[in-house]
Amino acid sequence: MNRMRTTSENAQAIAANDALAVERTLAGERDAFRILVERHSRTVFRLAYRMTGNRQDAEEVVQEAFLRAYQNLARFAGTSNFGTWVYRIAANYAIDRMRHRKKEDARRVLHEPMNEEGIQDDPMAKVEDAKPTPERLTQSMELRKQMEAALAALSHAERTAFVMRHWEGCGIEEISVVLKSSSSATKNTVFRAVQKLRQALQPFVGTGEQARAMGMES
Amino acid sequence: MKHMTEEELIAFLEGVASERPEIAGHLSECTSCRAELKRIEAVLAALDTLPVPDPGEGYGRRVWQQIAPRLPERPSRWWQAWLEPKRLAAIGSFAAMILLAFYIGRISKPVSPGNVTVSQEQVRERILVVAVGAHLGRTEMMLVELSNTEPRDRNQKQVNISAEQHRAEDLLEENRLYRQTALNQGDAQLASILDELERVLLDVAHSPDEVTPAQLEAIRQKIESRGILFKVRVVGKELQQRERTSAPAPAQNYSSKKERNKV
Repeated sequence: MNRMRTTSENAQAIAANDALAVERTLAGERDAFRILVERHSRTVFRLAYRMTGNRQDAEEVVQEAFLRAYQNLARFAGTSNFGTWVYRIAANYAIDRMRHRKKEDARRVLHEPMNEEGIQDDPMAKVEDAKPTPERLTQSMELRKQMEAALAALSHAERTAFVMRHWEGCGIEEISVVLKSSSSATKNTVFRAVQKLRQALQPFVGTGEQARAMGMES
Repeated sequence: MKHMTEEELIAFLEGVASERPEIAGHLSECTSCRAELKRIEAVLAALDTLPVPDPGEGYGRRVWQQIAPRLPERPSRWWQAWLEPKRLAAIGSFAAMILLAFYIGRISKPVSPGNVTVSQEQVRERILVVAVGAHLGRTEMMLVELSNTEPRDRNQKQVNISAEQHRAEDLLEENRLYRQTALNQGDAQLASILDELERVLLDVAHSPDEVTPAQLEAIRQKIESRGILFKVRVVGKELQQRERTSAPAPAQNYSSKKERNKV
């Protein structure tokens, strides 16, 4: 779980600054909203990319999330902080986007090469370290394709639950709100996601030792 | 020694296990479960290496430049939001439901001199009873159809269940709404049945469009093992009864919830 953790003092200061920016935006200072966009864009992008699996969709999710946040700012309850709120809007929109994409893909007859753009942007390709670390596994294009395919095969709810819990470190309650589901059902969705990923990837990863060996071979 | 299930190990790794100390204690003693845990960890570790592209230093600025021309002059105030067409339609439907519930109450229950007023709580419960009754009927129909789905012949490798799957998706949304309403109204037993039903609907909604006969059989067995069809029928009948009889008095209401407990 590599969600960026700030100290509680920093988090409080950011939340206080956010609250002020929200207040100023509501008072008619449109540029105050810019502070919020610039502060939270990268975090929202990371979530959106992991949920949608491609950069173009992720960028659209980011823009739409901030547009919706601006339009509904008057209804924003000051009880949660702006970052959490816009993050939730983005997660909801990403689910809609994935549904839409699935329908589009079903209509499309031509198969497109999978995630070409992401592969070109892979910063791991520049890593020269030959140690058998798990990171090195990513250099194995085959494994990476398998991982992306396994993630793509999850249902929208499963992918959302996995991304928000495993990668973003969100609490079950927060994920339940996005999935409009009970806590027990959300826990079950996290379990099902990991179970499916495991079934799809275990033959390629095996145990930790085998995984390291694969990394060395690549 | 009783070993940990895959579900318990995954919950432990993802930090959502409620019995964390017990699992940790077992893992310190059991080499077999430790090995299983490592295998799951290896898959998650591999997934952690999937990179997220860096959107670049000035990304926030770029996003602002892209959305700024599309922002309306001022954000809408809360009262403006109530005038949005979609919201007005929802308010209209809700008002119509309340009027309908009043009307049903009027025609189905003779007014006795000692029971002239109908409390708001009774009206709300009546709405829930009518709506959940209809929802359970639709759910039962979908589950029965799914349970009766068969491959056309022995050679058929895939069975298309997309129709049931899409219906399950819709029913899932409704189910969540009713469960939440039941909880808000303090009807914990009904909420609990709906929670159970939600898991089954989730399973169906998340199944692939086409399944193998073996997968179909697994879904069918899951539905049967949970006895959900039986529970849906019992609760559905009970709700129909409540709907047919006069508006339930608090004492009747309590007894009906107790009856449901036996399910």
